[in-house]
Amino acid sequence: MEVYLDNSATTRSFEDVAQLVTKIMCRDYGNPSSLHNKGMEAEQYVRQAKEIIAKNLKVNEKEIFFTSGGTEADNIALIGSAMANYRAGRHLITTKIEHPAVLQTMRYLEEQGFRVTYLPVDKNGLIHLEDLQNAITKDTILVSIMHTNNEIGALQPIAEAGNLIKKMNPNTIFHVDAVQGFGKFRIYPKRMNIDLLSVSGHKIHGPKGVGFLYINEKIKIKPIVYGGGQQQGMRSGTENVPGIAGIGMAVEKIYGSLEEDIDRLYEIKEHFIKGVEKIDAVKINGLRGRESAPHIVSVSIRGVRSEVVLHALEEKGIYVSAGSACAARKPQTSETLKAIGVEKDLLHSTIRFSFSIFTTIEEIDYTLQTMYDMIPMLRRYARY
Amino acid sequence: MFTAFLIKYAEIGVKGKNRYLFEDALVQQIKYALKRCEGEFKVHKTQGRIYVDALTAFDFDETVDNLKTVFGISGICPVVYVEDEGFEKLCERVVQYIDDVYPDKNKTFKIMARRARKNYPLDSMEINREMGGAVLDAYPEMKVDVHKPDIELNIEVREKIYIYSEMIPGPGGMPIGTAGKAMLLLSGGIDSPVAGYMIAKRGVKIDAVYFHAPPYTSERAKQKVADLAKLVSRYTGPIYLHVINFTDIQLYIYEKCPHEELTIIMRRIMMRIAEQIAKETECLGLITGESIGQVASQTMHSLAATNEVCTMPVYRPLIGFDKQEIVEAAEKINTYETSILPYEDCCTIFVAKHPVTKPNLNMIKKHEKNLEEKLDELIKTALETDELMIVQCDR
Repeated sequence: MEVYLDNSATTRSFEDVAQLVTKIMCRDYGNPSSLHNKGMEAEQYVRQAKEIIAKNLKVNEKEIFFTSGGTEADNIALIGSAMANYRAGRHLITTKIEHPAVLQTMRYLEEQGFRVTYLPVDKNGLIHLEDLQNAITKDTILVSIMHTNNEIGALQPIAEAGNLIKKMNPNTIFHVDAVQGFGKFRIYPKRMNIDLLSVSGHKIHGPKGVGFLYINEKIKIKPIVYGGGQQQGMRSGTENVPGIAGIGMAVEKIYGSLEEDIDRLYEIKEHFIKGVEKIDAVKINGLRGRESAPHIVSVSIRGVRSEVVLHALEEKGIYVSAGSACAARKPQTSETLKAIGVEKDLLHSTIRFSFSIFTTIEEIDYTLQTMYDMIPMLRRYARY
Repeated sequence: MFTAFLIKYAEIGVKGKNRYLFEDALVQQIKYALKRCEGEFKVHKTQGRIYVDALTAFDFDETVDNLKTVFGISGICPVVYVEDEGFEKLCERVVQYIDDVYPDKNKTFKIMARRARKNYPLDSMEINREMGGAVLDAYPEMKVDVHKPDIELNIEVREKIYIYSEMIPGPGGMPIGTAGKAMLLLSGGIDSPVAGYMIAKRGVKIDAVYFHAPPYTSERAKQKVADLAKLVSRYTGPIYLHVINFTDIQLYIYEKCPHEELTIIMRRIMMRIAEQIAKETECLGLITGESIGQVASQTMHSLAATNEVCTMPVYRPLIGFDKQEIVEAAEKINTYETSILPYEDCCTIFVAKHPVTKPNLNMIKKHEKNLEEKLDELIKTALETDELMIVQCDR
């Protein structure tokens, strides 16, 4: 039995998305910038994808820009707004538990002379609005907060933060990295005061190599890629038409049946957590139920190394992710787990399970049974 | 500009009656290395020398890079062949050659003529003199120095005339295949690929064995070892890599023996298994990357304890090397970056906090008695499930 429980890393594509991508690559392969019909046809695919996305976010189509994925969307959002607004101020705010696509970009901006405040989080991975309030100054040009944390599934108070930011300083741009949250929640940037929103295709059963950035038309932002001026000059380069059409279709399918799918995901998650808690000395990191993401469970299992559990599960066809990648010579500790105060002994004993709409109860039961059999055995061979 | 390479070899030259065996092996290895290069080449032995002639257009850097991987080559001289169109024309070509190779003319030189074709109108001495004059006329800033010149310009008169002056150092050693075969214990660390390289350099063909311990070591760790073998195979030719599943043996030792002795006992068993495979595959020795005192399992005492299980010679070419020297050697053969990828190997997963550094052989043997019940069976299974990968470099 193959059980894929690493859906926060990437997801299996919808079959019809894959078919659409193939069709466009082999048949409707025109360049949207070409003047002839073949180009026109390609342009239609891009336009259609934009319409679907804009409709689901309740924003204007002109505000959607396609990128090579979540990382590039985050880079344009951060670097683009910093470069366009540095005269208004040089202060940026983010949280300690962002994805490296945001954290490393912030480090780059620090090198360029910007000052960055990293908001702390509590044991559930949540920022406190007072901290945000205290951090915002008239110099603050951008706040970047992730919607859903990729390691523990913490949900940040995005709407409240948006509201607060605009109240404190109406000129501050609000960026939300929604790579894990989009496709799990209905996110409406205009209602939540979000100016920039990053999304990736392959986390929602779409293709890899494509994502998009919503950019509120009222804000000032500079491109970071220059060239032929495609996408209103914001992101030059021939549009990735197969990918764009693919992400469009994925969005349509995901949001077509969002509520029932998410209800089911929460049921699967709760079922899994209840099962895992039957194992001795395990701890679920972060909140559970509707206060957390429906698809992510972070479990610390005392007395075993996460990589060993990962490879042992792999032998049984179960694919998961280690909370912190580690090896004897070069331990890499997860910033998120450290930030929420996971105790030292458990940092390298933490596993992330992440589900998708394809996950079944049978797969969960098989996984639980495998863990019941395996973990006592692994614990017998403790390491130093 | 260059159309051929003169291959210089050092040690082979001193061999006696079996010298041709070494030369033939070298020609063979050169041909093998050139297969990876763009263009067609002819490799031939002429009057005790090996030449590589380019028959088509070729990439100079790529060709030299690949020739530098052939053990037995001490130097690679890029050669220009010119047709014999009279001495005056030859001088023109030589003047041109100097301009192409040495943009800076502020140098001393000497002409070294050799006349293999005795019907050439000038003899060697005359060529030296006349051509030296022609070069001085063309480049007055150059000076003749017959004792320690910057440039030794060789002119060889054969069917065609060969001009060369530069020598790119080769790796030295002896051609692969002239010295039998040995089994390398390849771990994924920095040392073992270097050890394999060093023994192969003496003409030894290499096979390798890797101990895999899933789920404690990952598929990526195995891939890393295969990648290392591939990097080494650039010098050694195809490597037969045996992957042995070691998990059950390791857990068995963990359960039955004192944990401070775990590493030593584990290594003793690894040596036994490696020797077994080595015997079955007609290897004449084992190779390890050990160096005295580097870690607990490589003290003199530990090495003695490990060595005790083997009847075959164990070659440890790094035995007197410092870590830094090994790192430098690894960088030179391009394995360092792969070696430091952070995947765990089976030597580190169950390491005790304070492993013994002076193991007592009697104690070790006594504790190994605890393994009597199942060990032979486990070793047999491990050998039976040996996964063979044939690794070779394609670039």
